[in-house]
Amino acid sequence: MYFGLSQDQQMLQETVLRYLEKASDLGLIRQHLEKDTGLLQDLEAGISDLGLPLMLVPEVYGGLGMGLLEASLMQTALGRYVTPVAFTGRYVLSALAFQGIEDEDKRAAYMGDLANQTKQFAIGLTEQTGAREGSGLSLAGDLLSGRASFVLDFHGATHVLLPVGDHLICVDAGQANVCELETIDATRNMVILDFENAQVDVLSSQFRATTARLVDAGRVLLAADSFGAAEMMLEKAVAYSKERKQFDRVIGSFQAVKHMCAEMAANLEPCRSFLWYAAYAFDAVPEEAPLMSRLVKARLADVGRDIARGTTEVHGGMGFTDLLGLHYWFKRIGLNRQLLGGPVKLREEAAQLQGWVV
Amino acid sequence: MNLELSEEYGVFRQEVSDFLEAHKHIAPARSDRNIRSDIWLNWQKCLIEHGYAARTIPKEYGGYGASPDPLKARIIAEEFARARVPGGISGQGINMLVPTLLELGTEEQKQKYIAKTLSGEILWCQGYSEPGAGSDLASLKTSAVVDGDDFVVNGQKIWTSTAQYADMIFCLVRTEPDAPKHKGISYLLFSMDTPGIDVRPLMTMTGRAEFNEVFFTDVRVPMHQIVGQRGEGWMVANATLTHERGMLGDPDAAVNRVNAIAELMQEETVDGDRIMDNPVFRDRLMDLQSQVFAMKFNGMRLTTASTHKQNATMAKLIVKLQGCELNHQLAGFAIDVMGEYGALFGKSPYLRDNGIWQTQYMFDLGLIIGGGSAQIQKNIISEWGLGMPREPKPAK
Repeated sequence: MYFGLSQDQQMLQETVLRYLEKASDLGLIRQHLEKDTGLLQDLEAGISDLGLPLMLVPEVYGGLGMGLLEASLMQTALGRYVTPVAFTGRYVLSALAFQGIEDEDKRAAYMGDLANQTKQFAIGLTEQTGAREGSGLSLAGDLLSGRASFVLDFHGATHVLLPVGDHLICVDAGQANVCELETIDATRNMVILDFENAQVDVLSSQFRATTARLVDAGRVLLAADSFGAAEMMLEKAVAYSKERKQFDRVIGSFQAVKHMCAEMAANLEPCRSFLWYAAYAFDAVPEEAPLMSRLVKARLADVGRDIARGTTEVHGGMGFTDLLGLHYWFKRIGLNRQLLGGPVKLREEAAQLQGWVV
Repeated sequence: MNLELSEEYGVFRQEVSDFLEAHKHIAPARSDRNIRSDIWLNWQKCLIEHGYAARTIPKEYGGYGASPDPLKARIIAEEFARARVPGGISGQGINMLVPTLLELGTEEQKQKYIAKTLSGEILWCQGYSEPGAGSDLASLKTSAVVDGDDFVVNGQKIWTSTAQYADMIFCLVRTEPDAPKHKGISYLLFSMDTPGIDVRPLMTMTGRAEFNEVFFTDVRVPMHQIVGQRGEGWMVANATLTHERGMLGDPDAAVNRVNAIAELMQEETVDGDRIMDNPVFRDRLMDLQSQVFAMKFNGMRLTTASTHKQNATMAKLIVKLQGCELNHQLAGFAIDVMGEYGALFGKSPYLRDNGIWQTQYMFDLGLIIGGGSAQIQKNIISEWGLGMPREPKPAK
């Protein structure tokens, strides 16, 4: 038995963290958000060089054949540096979706498109976790109509993957009527897409079980992103508390501040192991994945929110300003909390899974 | 990650299970706490012979002499729990004094005390806390003054569990009153039969006397009964405190508590509706379950870290604080599930689950405070785990 990361996984994580520390510096992100500096292209090229797009593509299709645990480690790193680059939907969920295509030629073709990056994929799962007003898709033959909201990684995508009933379809991004949404998190603005008799490619007609798996995986990844962001915030709070002086002392020597930080660390640290297990279970103990993915996201939604609040408070007035940019992490955690189901919904689903709701 | 156990462990699990099948008829009942009885002493002897108690203590000191393997320790615990058979005798002597003597005792002390402690022949209590020295333990005042070949001990200890049964005490005393507080303490071992010791039970909120006060009046202790050198007692004691922190917190026990509460929620009704059908209660149950899972996996990570000599400092430092707090919350929640019945106590009719939740709720609060209070745990987490500075000493 070995509960932990392998040496390969640790090295992978360290390599990506080292890259992002410089490439995804907050100063660069700010400049890019103000006026497109080409940072996005740089980051896309950078993570491609590191092999991130190939992680979940099986080796037989030229990929690295890794699992959700490795993907979660990458997602944690991206959350840690609030990196504004498409990953979750573009490379992980899309690869997992293609694994569920029964037709071998079709599967090979789409895996190839992903591996060679000849197509850029977005994926819409929100309708699977609770359709909001006016949402919902219908398929007539190969014609798609209806609305998909909060599609993941739409910006820069050439194609959109959407589960519709028993099907998985792929539609050209140009066919969508796009409504741009501004979220709190400037690193990840979202969209609502409307379709009217759009021509689609039907990739699978027995996709319902895979759809549920995609939602599980997406939830683990969002939890991982929040873990990375929360871990970074706490580190920043501790560092700041050792520098900032009031009453002739660094504020980190006051128990009121120390105990706040200790409580945040005590809540966050077990989530690391929880996250590893949930991601591992997705591949190795699939029967546990539905419960673990829900509870880990619910827990990190709450721990993440508390840490976002608590670490901002440790920074005092400066935490509230734009100067330190702490709010980028605060907002990243805030958006993750709501995507693919908030904690109350997730906990209710977890109770249902255990047969406790009649 | 690889959560499958290699064949060696599968074989080992089978061995433990076979042993239990063959020997459970001689095991004491789990509710039997009279560890001085022949049935307990024989059980302890049998467990040590087979390596299911005192497993990693060297043979020459009365242990089984196996090399440490946290996974095997875990398998033993799991199989005993599954068979509903009690494990070996535990207590502060076995859990804290024995490791301390192995590390810092003289050969004579090891020979004299370890085997008899392991066998259950000598029962120990711990004389650390005093009325004026709790979280600030190093400020303790019980004095030991040299007179001839003896120390003469005067003072008072408190929170001394099992003092009423103990044969011996390991006790912190001040031998160098002029030295700085951490450097003036010595660690003594002496018999509870020594003249001048008065034990008074301390009734707690649970209605039981789980602790005692112990008074010393001119108690004479031979000078060779010291562990370590004079003035080194703080260092010696810290070795045992580390062992105590390692003792607390069993993640699987918390998983079982969640399941017990889920059962309770399906049995209890208000206005004819099951508590489980109330979504607010359900939400809280799931919240607690998610925290229990997080701690369970944190515990599995620690097992691996200790087997592979990996650094998992923070994961370890948070166990006492989080584990005790979570257990307390679980008990509090179970009481809310029972509503008015949750406030019943003792031998009251309509008592649910033998009243364990109410007792647990109070007792767990004791655990939050004892063995390093939550406030001290937070100091430790922030200082050792996060590298934050110590509270500066006030100017005198």
